[in-house]
Amino acid sequence: MQAYFYGLADYLQSRIRGSEQFKCWLSAEDSDFVRFNRGAIRQPGHVHQIYLSFSLIEGRRHASSTTTLGGHLDSDSVMVDRILDKLRKQLPDLPEDPHLLIATEVNSTEHIVASRLPATSVIVDEVLALAQSYDFVGILFAGPLYRGFANSYGQRNWHQIDNFNLDWSLYQNRDKAVKTAYAGFEWDSEAFREKFHAAVAQLELLKREPVTIKPGAYRAYLTPTALSEFIGMLNWGGFSEKSLRTKQSSLRRMRDEGLQLNPMLTLSENTADGLAPAFQSDGFIKPERVTLLDHGRLVNSMISPRTAKEYGIATNGSETIDSLDVAAGELPSSQVLAELDTGIFVSNLHYLNFSDRAYCRITGMTRFATFWVESGEIKAALNVMRFDDSLFRILGENLLGLTRERELLIGNESYGERGTSSARLPGALVKDFTFVL
Amino acid sequence: MFDSIRSLFQRLAAVVDFCSLRVLDETSEYISLRQSVLQPISTGTDRGLMVTVIHRGGYGYAATCDLSESGLKQAIARAQSWAEVSAGRSVTDYSKIALPHSTGRYRSPGSVNSPSLSQREIIDLLQAESESCRIDARIVDWEASLWTVTADQLYLTADGSDILQQFRYVMPNLSVTANAGVDTQTRSFGGRGLCRQGDLSIFLDGGMLGSGKRLAEESLELLAAPNCPTGKMDLLLMPTQMMLQIHESIGHPLELDRILGDERNFAGTSFVTLDMFGQYQYGSELLNVSFDPTRPEQFASYQWDDDGSPAVKQFVIRNGLLERPLGGVVSQTRAGIEGVAAARASSWNRPPLDRMSNLNVEPGVSTLDEMIKATEHGILMDTNMSWSIDDSRNKFQFGCEYGRLIENGELKGVVKNPNYRGISATFWRSLKAVGDLSTFDVMGTPFCGKAEPAQVIRVGHATPACLFEQVEVFGGEA
Repeated sequence: MQAYFYGLADYLQSRIRGSEQFKCWLSAEDSDFVRFNRGAIRQPGHVHQIYLSFSLIEGRRHASSTTTLGGHLDSDSVMVDRILDKLRKQLPDLPEDPHLLIATEVNSTEHIVASRLPATSVIVDEVLALAQSYDFVGILFAGPLYRGFANSYGQRNWHQIDNFNLDWSLYQNRDKAVKTAYAGFEWDSEAFREKFHAAVAQLELLKREPVTIKPGAYRAYLTPTALSEFIGMLNWGGFSEKSLRTKQSSLRRMRDEGLQLNPMLTLSENTADGLAPAFQSDGFIKPERVTLLDHGRLVNSMISPRTAKEYGIATNGSETIDSLDVAAGELPSSQVLAELDTGIFVSNLHYLNFSDRAYCRITGMTRFATFWVESGEIKAALNVMRFDDSLFRILGENLLGLTRERELLIGNESYGERGTSSARLPGALVKDFTFVL
Repeated sequence: MFDSIRSLFQRLAAVVDFCSLRVLDETSEYISLRQSVLQPISTGTDRGLMVTVIHRGGYGYAATCDLSESGLKQAIARAQSWAEVSAGRSVTDYSKIALPHSTGRYRSPGSVNSPSLSQREIIDLLQAESESCRIDARIVDWEASLWTVTADQLYLTADGSDILQQFRYVMPNLSVTANAGVDTQTRSFGGRGLCRQGDLSIFLDGGMLGSGKRLAEESLELLAAPNCPTGKMDLLLMPTQMMLQIHESIGHPLELDRILGDERNFAGTSFVTLDMFGQYQYGSELLNVSFDPTRPEQFASYQWDDDGSPAVKQFVIRNGLLERPLGGVVSQTRAGIEGVAAARASSWNRPPLDRMSNLNVEPGVSTLDEMIKATEHGILMDTNMSWSIDDSRNKFQFGCEYGRLIENGELKGVVKNPNYRGISATFWRSLKAVGDLSTFDVMGTPFCGKAEPAQVIRVGHATPACLFEQVEVFGGEA
């Protein structure tokens, strides 16, 4: 795929004229997707896709197009020629773009993680061997992902990983389940068995009569997964410089009024340790790390090339976080239940949204294996509850501790294509988490 | 392109119990101006195919954007291989599913005489609308856009099904944001709800053009407004919020694949169970909900679903009684219950599953004025802004852009940050009045997410305004 893409880029280089420039971005994958339900296969299949986004630039005018390609240089060059002609005809009709920022400095990179995966059907055999006796539901993704960038200045970037992500739930009954994920670059049968049996052990807890609590404020522990879902809401424009400037960011009070979160909280976009490419679709190289919250203070934002040009500042690649990193705290994970004492152990959250963005107030649901804990002991599963509370409070004065151990969560997003996001973060112990329904 | 693929498929189709091919040729253009500056125009061509094989009870698919003979051969071989892997280990014996045999053509409304605009003319219209939003220094952001998609889809089966459907989607949008201090308020043209099939008359005559100044004024009005009050009161939902209410708390819970458990690891399950159909009182007797892919101008209309089932209008709730789920032929066979032609895929690279299509609340007999007059103490809410619901589609909380107090049968002042919450299983039973055709609007959204691997698909919701009794309502933080 890399040779094909670079061949395509060389072809484009040979087809531009005079002062024209080009940039292009390739996003491709060869994915096996196997969907499971009730311990059996629901929908298995394979997707081979290649998308090329291509921009023709002349001065400050530019026009772009995205197309699927077949993967054969001979026939695809005909398609590329057709698009090039179309864009060339569009350019004179378009106004100059005052916010166009072009990566003119050449920074070529290559990152390839070679395949170490067995055939997907082998993984499926192992999964079914354990899963068929349980109410097992979920998805297995496996196969290579490709991202590439090329421009007429000669920059070439390539990012290729070959990974799997098995994301599943074991159901006890109705909506009571244990959710688990096993993802990586190398399939380890023993590691999978351990994760599976750990989930089975948790199922036992779900057999107890579930507890229903009254709305109110409760002490709670958010697992790394639950915390990532909560903090993930800040990717809805929270750290975006453009959103901060246009007063739409949920963190605007931190920028405009100096409001601070708990000093325990340090949060970064950590590209160096993430799974996402170190380059972005315009060819800019991302910094290895951008610290956004430093001991509770908003110290940076995420800045796309267009925003950078508009406001005369430097870009750091994007308006959103791909590789979230939250610094560890002091609370040993082994002490979580004891420190929680009596309250709610929140494994997962679900369907979050803002109920008042100005105050970073977020609503959402508990989900999966969320437990009621008394005197440091799990009593039973909790029937789902709706929370509605401000992140400024939860991760501000109400944050009691972050765990010493962190988890790496590999993103399982797959709208249109498999994603490359990841998050490394601790769990959080909080007080007065407000439940409303 | 379709002719060559049709003849290739006829030659190469696998000798198996069932083999189908779905080919999509989609072009799109997204033109947007933000703060009156033209953003990079996004144009796209998306072409690919999916082969589905059922053999000896197993099922497999393979999708590729390699439309050559070798690409199709590989896809057929891969789909067959997955069918072999899943044979005897699937959730159902796929060989027992009688997939339909259909032929025909469908085309979105519009004709050669439909309005035609050049890219420059569209930009000029959006520019003029953008300028009309800039009425005050407190207007801090505004965006006008037009997204158009043409999608031609050919569906073939080895046993002779041949369906060509040609869709044209038009999605104009406009939003305006005002700010004062910490308070930021946005008004949009129906929350991107003016999504329909047809031609550019939807853009030219659908009401978005000419609405910029009004939306800007309303966003400023919201800055000056008090927060929505808290308490139990009657709630009058306009179609721009009703579409979300229908979508989340009727549409998703009635999807048969959710009820069968397929979605439990991601999108969620449903509080609805198979035994409820035919006997469960979902809402008050005023509630009539139809699955209707036959309304020509509506966003998710079609003549056959992606498994080739003929689309017909069906009531899913009649006089408040739950009648049938939203499930295509595969789910219907698995569940042993009648459903609707609802098997749909978001694109060539995702397999079909149960979807809403157009899910509509049928109009009632009340005018808007009558519903306001019938309200002693309540809130009118307009245009969805926030949505959240549990994984069984029961406990919900929704927020809107714009609210108006109703006191003693009269519309009063504007309130900001209006929110409400409830439980699906009881909320629809509090339906007190259903608006007539004068309150009815045909809306849709391109962004309904579901499934593993994930799919985002177009759905339509046509609905009148509706009045609900004694709902828990609340406002913002300060």
